[in-house]
Amino acid sequence: MDAQTIIAKRIARELQSGMLVNLGIGIPTLVANYLPDGLNVFFQSENGLIGTGQMAEEGMEQPFLTDAGGRPVTALPGASTFDSAMSFGLIRGGHVDMTVLGGLQVDAKGHLANWMIPGKMVPGMGGAMDLVTGARRVIVAMQHTAKGKPKILEKCTLPLTSIRPVDLVVTDMAVIAFPNGRATLMETAPGVSVTDVIANSEAELVVPNSVPEMKV
Amino acid sequence: MKTVSVQDAVAMIPDGATLMIGGFMAVGTPERLMDELVRQDKRNLTVIANDTAKPGLGIGKLVDAGLVSRTIASHIGLNPETQRQMIAGKMAVDLVPQGTLVERVRAGGCGLGGVLTPTGVGTLVEEGKQKIEVDGKSYLLETALHADFALIHAFLADYSGNLSYVLTARNFNPVMAMAASTTIVTVDHIVPVGLIAPDHVVTPAPLVDFLVTKG
Repeated sequence: MDAQTIIAKRIARELQSGMLVNLGIGIPTLVANYLPDGLNVFFQSENGLIGTGQMAEEGMEQPFLTDAGGRPVTALPGASTFDSAMSFGLIRGGHVDMTVLGGLQVDAKGHLANWMIPGKMVPGMGGAMDLVTGARRVIVAMQHTAKGKPKILEKCTLPLTSIRPVDLVVTDMAVIAFPNGRATLMETAPGVSVTDVIANSEAELVVPNSVPEMKV
Repeated sequence: MKTVSVQDAVAMIPDGATLMIGGFMAVGTPERLMDELVRQDKRNLTVIANDTAKPGLGIGKLVDAGLVSRTIASHIGLNPETQRQMIAGKMAVDLVPQGTLVERVRAGGCGLGGVLTPTGVGTLVEEGKQKIEVDGKSYLLETALHADFALIHAFLADYSGNLSYVLTARNFNPVMAMAASTTIVTVDHIVPVGLIAPDHVVTPAPLVDFLVTKG
Protein backbone atom coordinates (compact mmCIF):
# COMPACT_ATOMS: atom_id res chain seq x y z
CA MET A 1 0.00 0.00 0.00
CA ASP A 2 1.49 3.38 -0.94
CA ALA A 3 1.75 6.33 1.46
CA GLN A 4 -1.25 8.22 0.07
CA THR A 5 -3.52 5.16 0.25
CA ILE A 6 -2.54 4.44 3.87
CA ILE A 7 -3.32 8.04 4.85
CA ALA A 8 -6.62 8.22 2.95
CA LYS A 9 -7.88 4.85 4.23
CA ARG A 10 -7.06 5.71 7.83
CA ILE A 11 -8.82 9.08 7.64
CA ALA A 12 -11.89 7.44 6.03
CA ARG A 13 -12.32 5.59 9.34
CA GLU A 14 -13.03 8.94 11.00
CA LEU A 15 -16.16 9.47 8.87
CA GLN A 16 -19.54 9.01 10.51
CA SER A 17 -23.02 8.89 9.03
CA GLY A 18 -24.72 12.24 8.56
CA MET A 19 -21.51 14.29 8.72
CA LEU A 20 -20.94 17.36 6.55
CA VAL A 21 -17.32 17.02 5.39
CA ASN A 22 -15.01 19.26 3.36
CA LEU A 23 -12.05 17.59 1.65
CA GLY A 24 -9.11 19.64 0.40
CA ILE A 25 -7.19 19.05 -2.81
CA GLY A 26 -4.63 16.22 -3.10
CA ILE A 27 -4.49 13.34 -0.59
CA PRO A 28 -7.65 14.63 1.21
CA THR A 29 -9.71 14.12 -1.98
CA LEU A 30 -8.76 10.42 -1.95
CA VAL A 31 -10.53 9.94 1.41
CA ALA A 32 -13.92 9.85 -0.38
CA ASN A 33 -12.78 6.72 -2.29
CA TYR A 34 -12.66 4.76 0.99
CA LEU A 35 -16.02 5.78 2.44
CA PRO A 36 -17.15 2.71 4.41
CA ASP A 37 -20.17 0.88 2.89
CA GLY A 38 -23.55 2.04 4.12
CA LEU A 39 -22.25 5.34 5.49
CA ASN A 40 -24.13 8.43 4.33
CA VAL A 41 -21.80 11.43 4.34
CA PHE A 42 -22.37 14.85 2.76
CA PHE A 43 -19.29 16.18 1.00
CA GLN A 44 -19.05 19.95 0.57
CA SER A 45 -17.14 21.71 -2.19
CA GLU A 46 -16.55 25.27 -1.01
CA ASN A 47 -17.33 26.69 -4.45
CA GLY A 48 -20.96 26.06 -3.55
CA LEU A 49 -22.04 22.41 -3.43
CA ILE A 50 -23.17 19.87 -0.84
CA GLY A 51 -23.53 16.35 -2.19
CA THR A 52 -20.36 16.27 -4.28
CA GLY A 53 -20.02 12.91 -6.04
CA GLN A 54 -17.22 11.19 -7.94
CA MET A 55 -15.48 12.78 -10.92
CA ALA A 56 -17.70 12.95 -14.00
CA GLU A 57 -17.17 10.24 -16.62
CA GLU A 58 -15.43 11.35 -19.78
CA GLY A 59 -18.01 12.84 -22.13
CA MET A 60 -20.47 13.38 -19.26
CA GLU A 61 -18.86 16.51 -17.77
CA GLN A 62 -21.14 19.45 -16.98
CA PRO A 63 -19.09 22.67 -17.29
CA PHE A 64 -21.04 24.35 -14.47
CA LEU A 65 -20.53 21.51 -11.97
CA THR A 66 -17.01 21.45 -10.59
CA ASP A 67 -15.22 20.93 -7.29
CA ALA A 68 -13.06 23.52 -5.53
CA GLY A 69 -10.12 22.49 -7.72
CA GLY A 70 -12.17 23.29 -10.83
CA ARG A 71 -12.47 19.61 -11.85
CA PRO A 72 -15.74 18.28 -13.30
CA VAL A 73 -17.57 16.29 -10.65
CA THR A 74 -21.03 14.78 -10.25
CA ALA A 75 -23.74 15.63 -7.73
CA LEU A 76 -25.48 12.94 -5.70
CA PRO A 77 -29.26 12.69 -5.17
CA GLY A 78 -30.18 15.25 -2.52
CA ALA A 79 -27.37 17.64 -3.51
CA SER A 80 -27.77 21.39 -3.01
CA THR A 81 -26.00 24.44 -4.41
CA PHE A 82 -25.50 27.92 -2.95
CA ASP A 83 -23.34 31.03 -3.24
CA SER A 84 -19.90 31.59 -1.69
CA ALA A 85 -21.24 33.64 1.25
CA MET A 86 -23.45 30.70 2.30
CA SER A 87 -20.62 28.25 1.64
CA PHE A 88 -18.23 30.06 3.99
CA GLY A 89 -21.02 30.73 6.47
CA LEU A 90 -21.31 26.95 6.70
CA ILE A 91 -17.55 26.68 7.22
CA ARG A 92 -16.96 29.52 9.71
CA GLY A 93 -20.28 28.99 11.44
CA GLY A 94 -19.36 25.53 12.73
CA HIS A 95 -21.77 23.65 10.45
CA VAL A 96 -19.00 21.62 8.79
CA ASP A 97 -18.37 18.59 11.03
CA MET A 98 -14.98 17.69 9.65
CA THR A 99 -12.39 19.00 7.21
CA VAL A 100 -9.34 17.24 5.83
CA LEU A 101 -6.48 19.38 4.51
CA GLY A 102 -2.94 18.93 3.33
CA GLY A 103 -0.05 20.29 5.40
CA LEU A 104 3.45 21.66 5.02
CA GLN A 105 4.22 21.70 8.77
CA VAL A 106 2.41 20.92 12.02
CA ASP A 107 3.92 21.87 15.36
CA ALA A 108 3.91 20.30 18.83
CA LYS A 109 0.81 22.24 19.84
CA GLY A 110 -1.10 21.31 16.67
CA HIS A 111 -0.65 24.54 14.74
CA LEU A 112 -0.80 24.03 10.97
CA ALA A 113 1.14 25.84 8.24
CA ASN A 114 -0.08 24.97 4.77
CA TRP A 115 -0.57 28.06 2.63
CA MET A 116 2.76 29.61 1.69
CA ILE A 117 6.55 29.34 1.59
CA PRO A 118 7.80 32.94 1.71
CA GLY A 119 9.84 33.79 -1.37
CA LYS A 120 9.09 30.44 -3.03
CA MET A 121 5.43 29.52 -3.23
CA VAL A 122 2.64 32.05 -2.66
CA PRO A 123 -0.52 30.45 -4.06
CA GLY A 124 -2.86 32.13 -1.58
CA MET A 125 -4.81 30.61 1.27
CA GLY A 126 -8.04 30.03 -0.65
CA GLY A 127 -10.48 28.57 1.85
CA ALA A 128 -7.88 26.97 4.15
CA MET A 129 -7.81 29.67 6.86
CA ASP A 130 -11.61 29.67 7.17
CA LEU A 131 -11.74 25.86 7.25
CA VAL A 132 -9.11 25.48 9.97
CA THR A 133 -10.67 28.28 12.01
CA GLY A 134 -14.29 27.21 11.67
CA ALA A 135 -14.72 23.48 11.04
CA ARG A 136 -15.68 21.40 14.10
CA ARG A 137 -12.90 18.89 13.53
CA VAL A 138 -9.72 19.51 11.54
CA ILE A 139 -7.65 16.60 10.22
CA VAL A 140 -4.33 17.03 8.42
CA ALA A 141 -3.36 14.50 5.76
CA MET A 142 0.34 14.63 4.87
CA GLN A 143 3.53 12.68 4.37
CA HIS A 144 5.46 12.43 7.62
CA THR A 145 8.61 13.94 6.08
CA ALA A 146 9.47 16.02 3.01
CA LYS A 147 12.72 15.03 1.25
CA GLY A 148 13.77 13.31 4.48
CA LYS A 149 13.13 16.37 6.64
CA PRO A 150 10.54 16.23 9.45
CA LYS A 151 7.25 18.10 8.97
CA ILE A 152 6.16 17.57 12.58
CA LEU A 153 8.14 20.35 14.23
CA GLU A 154 8.53 21.81 17.72
CA LYS A 155 7.40 25.14 16.23
CA CYS A 156 6.30 25.91 12.67
CA THR A 157 8.82 27.98 10.72
CA LEU A 158 6.31 28.79 7.93
CA PRO A 159 3.39 31.24 8.35
CA LEU A 160 0.48 29.66 10.24
CA THR A 161 -2.88 28.97 8.64
CA SER A 162 -4.71 29.54 11.93
CA ILE A 163 -3.95 29.78 15.63
CA ARG A 164 -6.66 27.18 16.20
CA PRO A 165 -4.83 23.84 16.67
CA VAL A 166 -5.80 20.90 14.48
CA ASP A 167 -7.38 17.78 16.01
CA LEU A 168 -5.61 14.95 14.23
CA VAL A 169 -2.64 14.46 11.92
CA VAL A 170 -2.50 11.30 9.80
CA THR A 171 0.74 10.54 7.99
CA ASP A 172 2.23 7.50 6.26
CA MET A 173 4.00 6.73 9.56
CA ALA A 174 1.66 7.71 12.37
CA VAL A 175 -1.53 9.15 13.78
CA ILE A 176 -0.92 12.10 16.09
CA ALA A 177 -3.45 13.90 18.28
CA PHE A 178 -3.09 16.86 20.65
CA PRO A 179 -4.68 16.06 24.03
CA ASN A 180 -3.74 18.73 26.61
CA GLY A 181 -2.12 20.75 23.81
CA ARG A 182 0.80 18.32 23.27
CA ALA A 183 1.56 16.20 20.19
CA THR A 184 0.81 12.63 21.24
CA LEU A 185 1.53 9.47 19.28
CA MET A 186 -1.78 7.61 18.97
CA GLU A 187 -0.98 4.94 16.35
CA THR A 188 1.87 3.79 14.13
CA ALA A 189 1.51 2.69 10.50
CA PRO A 190 1.93 -1.02 9.66
CA GLY A 191 5.63 -1.90 9.76
CA VAL A 192 6.64 1.36 11.43
CA SER A 193 8.04 1.38 14.98
CA VAL A 194 7.62 4.02 17.65
CA THR A 195 11.37 4.65 17.36
CA ASP A 196 11.00 5.27 13.60
CA VAL A 197 8.28 7.87 14.21
CA ILE A 198 10.31 9.65 16.89
CA ALA A 199 13.40 9.66 14.65
CA ASN A 200 11.42 11.28 11.85
CA SER A 201 9.72 13.94 13.99
CA GLU A 202 11.37 17.08 15.32
CA ALA A 203 8.63 17.76 17.88
CA GLU A 204 8.95 15.86 21.12
CA LEU A 205 6.05 13.41 21.03
CA VAL A 206 4.18 12.19 24.08
CA VAL A 207 4.28 8.38 23.78
CA PRO A 208 1.70 6.39 25.77
CA ASN A 209 2.67 2.99 27.19
CA SER A 210 0.88 1.20 24.42
CA VAL A 211 0.68 2.54 20.86
CA PRO A 212 -1.59 0.43 18.65
CA GLU A 213 -1.02 -0.18 14.94
CA MET A 214 -3.07 1.88 12.49
CA LYS A 215 -5.99 -0.08 11.03
CA VAL A 216 -6.19 0.47 7.28
CA MET B 1 -32.29 47.44 -16.74
CA LYS B 2 -31.03 48.27 -20.23
CA THR B 3 -29.91 45.81 -22.84
CA VAL B 4 -26.54 46.43 -24.41
CA SER B 5 -24.16 44.79 -26.91
CA VAL B 6 -20.99 43.30 -25.50
CA GLN B 7 -18.98 46.00 -27.33
CA ASP B 8 -20.98 48.88 -25.84
CA ALA B 9 -20.95 47.26 -22.38
CA VAL B 10 -17.15 47.16 -22.31
CA ALA B 11 -16.86 50.62 -23.90
CA MET B 12 -18.41 52.01 -20.67
CA ILE B 13 -15.47 50.70 -18.63
CA PRO B 14 -12.58 53.18 -18.46
CA ASP B 15 -8.90 52.33 -18.05
CA GLY B 16 -8.07 52.16 -14.34
CA ALA B 17 -11.52 50.86 -13.34
CA THR B 18 -12.08 48.54 -10.36
CA LEU B 19 -13.93 45.40 -11.47
CA MET B 20 -15.57 42.67 -9.43
CA ILE B 21 -15.66 39.57 -11.62
CA GLY B 22 -17.76 36.54 -10.72
CA GLY B 23 -16.62 32.96 -11.12
CA PHE B 24 -14.57 30.24 -9.45
CA MET B 25 -11.74 28.95 -11.63
CA ALA B 26 -13.66 30.55 -14.55
CA VAL B 27 -16.86 28.60 -13.80
CA GLY B 28 -19.50 31.35 -13.77
CA THR B 29 -17.16 34.00 -15.20
CA PRO B 30 -18.64 36.23 -17.97
CA GLU B 31 -16.26 34.94 -20.66
CA ARG B 32 -17.57 37.23 -23.44
CA LEU B 33 -16.81 40.31 -21.32
CA MET B 34 -13.29 38.98 -20.69
CA ASP B 35 -12.70 38.58 -24.44
CA GLU B 36 -14.05 42.07 -25.15
CA LEU B 37 -11.93 43.70 -22.40
CA VAL B 38 -8.90 42.17 -24.12
CA ARG B 39 -10.08 43.27 -27.60
CA GLN B 40 -10.64 46.87 -26.41
CA ASP B 41 -7.33 46.76 -24.50
CA LYS B 42 -8.64 48.21 -21.21
CA ARG B 43 -5.60 48.75 -19.02
CA ASN B 44 -4.53 49.33 -15.43
CA LEU B 45 -7.52 47.39 -14.08
CA THR B 46 -8.05 46.41 -10.45
CA VAL B 47 -9.70 42.99 -10.30
CA ILE B 48 -11.58 41.69 -7.26
CA ALA B 49 -12.32 38.00 -7.73
CA ASN B 50 -11.92 34.65 -6.04
CA ASP B 51 -9.00 33.66 -8.28
CA THR B 52 -7.37 34.45 -11.62
CA ALA B 53 -8.28 31.08 -13.19
CA LYS B 54 -5.49 29.90 -15.47
CA PRO B 55 -3.79 31.23 -18.61
CA GLY B 56 -6.19 31.48 -21.54
CA LEU B 57 -9.29 31.07 -19.39
CA GLY B 58 -11.64 33.53 -17.67
CA ILE B 59 -9.77 36.26 -15.77
CA GLY B 60 -6.55 34.58 -16.91
CA LYS B 61 -7.16 36.20 -20.33
CA LEU B 62 -6.90 39.67 -18.73
CA VAL B 63 -3.72 38.64 -16.94
CA ASP B 64 -2.19 37.20 -20.14
CA ALA B 65 -2.84 40.52 -21.93
CA GLY B 66 -1.17 42.50 -19.11
CA LEU B 67 -4.35 44.48 -18.36
CA VAL B 68 -4.40 43.96 -14.58
CA SER B 69 -2.32 46.15 -12.26
CA ARG B 70 -3.85 44.97 -8.98
CA THR B 71 -5.67 41.80 -7.93
CA ILE B 72 -7.59 41.15 -4.72
CA ALA B 73 -8.17 37.39 -4.60
CA SER B 74 -8.04 34.34 -2.33
CA HIS B 75 -6.04 32.05 -4.60
CA ILE B 76 -3.67 32.52 -7.55
CA GLY B 77 -1.87 29.18 -7.27
CA LEU B 78 -3.26 27.72 -10.49
CA ASN B 79 -2.18 30.69 -12.63
CA PRO B 80 1.62 30.78 -13.02
CA GLU B 81 1.37 33.95 -15.14
CA THR B 82 -0.25 35.86 -12.24
CA GLN B 83 2.55 34.67 -9.97
CA ARG B 84 5.18 35.67 -12.55
CA GLN B 85 3.74 39.21 -12.88
CA MET B 86 3.47 39.51 -9.09
CA ILE B 87 7.12 38.49 -8.58
CA ALA B 88 8.22 40.82 -11.42
CA GLY B 89 6.43 43.70 -9.68
CA LYS B 90 4.02 44.25 -12.60
CA MET B 91 0.93 43.34 -10.61
CA ALA B 92 0.10 43.99 -6.96
CA VAL B 93 -1.69 41.03 -5.37
CA ASP B 94 -3.64 41.21 -2.09
CA LEU B 95 -4.41 37.71 -0.84
CA VAL B 96 -7.56 37.48 1.27
CA PRO B 97 -9.06 34.33 2.87
CA GLN B 98 -11.95 33.21 0.66
CA GLY B 99 -14.62 33.49 3.34
CA THR B 100 -13.35 36.94 4.27
CA LEU B 101 -13.27 38.06 0.63
CA VAL B 102 -16.89 37.14 0.00
CA GLU B 103 -18.00 38.77 3.28
CA ARG B 104 -16.14 42.00 2.40
CA VAL B 105 -17.97 42.04 -0.94
CA ARG B 106 -21.26 41.24 0.78
CA ALA B 107 -20.68 44.05 3.27
CA GLY B 108 -20.00 46.45 0.41
CA GLY B 109 -23.28 45.53 -1.24
CA CYS B 110 -25.33 45.56 1.94
CA GLY B 111 -24.38 48.94 3.38
CA LEU B 112 -22.09 47.59 6.09
CA GLY B 113 -18.71 49.11 6.93
CA GLY B 114 -17.17 45.68 7.30
CA VAL B 115 -17.43 42.40 9.17
CA LEU B 116 -15.79 40.79 12.23
CA THR B 117 -14.24 37.40 11.49
CA PRO B 118 -12.08 35.02 13.55
CA THR B 119 -10.34 33.89 10.34
CA GLY B 120 -6.76 35.18 10.18
CA VAL B 121 -6.39 36.10 13.87
CA GLY B 122 -2.76 35.44 14.91
CA THR B 123 -1.58 34.97 11.29
CA LEU B 124 0.00 37.24 8.64
CA VAL B 125 -3.54 38.25 7.65
CA GLU B 126 -4.02 40.30 10.82
CA GLU B 127 -1.18 42.75 10.02
CA GLY B 128 -2.43 46.33 9.94
CA LYS B 129 -5.97 45.42 10.98
CA GLN B 130 -8.00 46.30 14.03
CA LYS B 131 -8.52 43.38 16.43
CA ILE B 132 -11.81 43.57 18.31
CA GLU B 133 -12.90 41.44 21.23
CA VAL B 134 -16.55 40.41 21.49
CA ASP B 135 -17.66 38.25 24.44
CA GLY B 136 -14.05 37.25 25.10
CA LYS B 137 -13.29 36.12 21.55
CA SER B 138 -10.93 37.91 19.13
CA TYR B 139 -12.02 38.98 15.66
CA LEU B 140 -10.45 40.97 12.84
CA LEU B 141 -12.28 43.97 11.43
CA GLU B 142 -12.36 43.35 7.69
CA THR B 143 -13.60 46.35 5.75
CA ALA B 144 -16.17 46.43 2.94
CA LEU B 145 -15.18 46.27 -0.73
CA HIS B 146 -16.82 48.27 -3.54
CA ALA B 147 -16.20 48.30 -7.27
CA ASP B 148 -16.97 50.54 -10.22
CA PHE B 149 -18.36 47.60 -12.19
CA ALA B 150 -19.54 44.10 -11.30
CA LEU B 151 -19.19 41.69 -14.22
CA ILE B 152 -21.61 38.84 -13.60
CA HIS B 153 -22.60 35.64 -15.38
CA ALA B 154 -25.96 33.95 -14.74
CA PHE B 155 -27.78 31.01 -16.34
CA LEU B 156 -31.12 32.71 -17.01
CA ALA B 157 -32.26 36.33 -17.23
CA ASP B 158 -35.85 37.22 -17.96
CA TYR B 159 -36.73 40.26 -20.08
CA SER B 160 -36.94 42.42 -16.95
CA GLY B 161 -33.48 41.37 -15.67
CA ASN B 162 -34.29 38.84 -12.94
CA LEU B 163 -31.45 36.30 -12.70
CA SER B 164 -31.08 32.67 -11.74
CA TYR B 165 -27.88 30.67 -11.63
CA VAL B 166 -26.90 27.05 -12.22
CA LEU B 167 -25.02 24.61 -9.97
CA THR B 168 -21.52 25.78 -8.94
CA ALA B 169 -21.54 28.69 -11.44
CA ARG B 170 -23.33 30.79 -8.79
CA ASN B 171 -20.37 31.28 -6.38
CA PHE B 172 -19.46 35.01 -6.04
CA ASN B 173 -21.90 36.25 -8.71
CA PRO B 174 -25.05 37.16 -6.73
CA VAL B 175 -22.95 38.71 -3.95
CA MET B 176 -20.94 40.87 -6.38
CA ALA B 177 -24.11 41.91 -8.26
CA MET B 178 -24.91 44.07 -5.21
CA ALA B 179 -21.51 45.63 -4.56
CA ALA B 180 -20.65 47.79 -7.59
CA SER B 181 -21.85 51.14 -8.94
CA THR B 182 -22.77 49.46 -12.23
CA THR B 183 -23.69 45.80 -12.72
CA ILE B 184 -23.24 44.22 -16.16
CA VAL B 185 -24.58 40.71 -16.74
CA THR B 186 -24.10 38.02 -19.38
CA VAL B 187 -26.34 34.94 -19.38
CA ASP B 188 -26.71 31.62 -21.15
CA HIS B 189 -30.39 32.20 -21.94
CA ILE B 190 -32.72 35.20 -22.04
CA VAL B 191 -36.31 34.09 -21.36
CA PRO B 192 -39.80 35.64 -21.07
CA VAL B 193 -40.87 37.26 -17.80
CA GLY B 194 -42.57 34.64 -15.64
CA LEU B 195 -40.39 31.76 -16.72
CA ILE B 196 -38.20 32.22 -13.65
CA ALA B 197 -40.60 31.69 -10.76
CA PRO B 198 -40.40 34.38 -8.04
CA ASP B 199 -38.99 31.83 -5.59
CA HIS B 200 -36.23 30.93 -8.06
CA VAL B 201 -35.01 34.47 -8.71
CA VAL B 202 -31.66 34.81 -6.95
CA THR B 203 -30.70 38.31 -8.15
CA PRO B 204 -33.76 40.59 -8.45
CA ALA B 205 -34.02 42.73 -11.60
CA PRO B 206 -33.43 46.15 -9.95
CA LEU B 207 -29.83 45.09 -9.20
CA VAL B 208 -29.05 44.58 -12.89
CA ASP B 209 -28.05 47.76 -14.76
CA PHE B 210 -27.07 46.23 -18.11
CA LEU B 211 -27.93 42.88 -19.65
CA VAL B 212 -25.63 41.93 -22.52
CA THR B 213 -27.57 40.73 -25.56
CA LYS B 214 -26.75 37.67 -27.62
CA GLY B 215 -24.62 37.95 -30.71
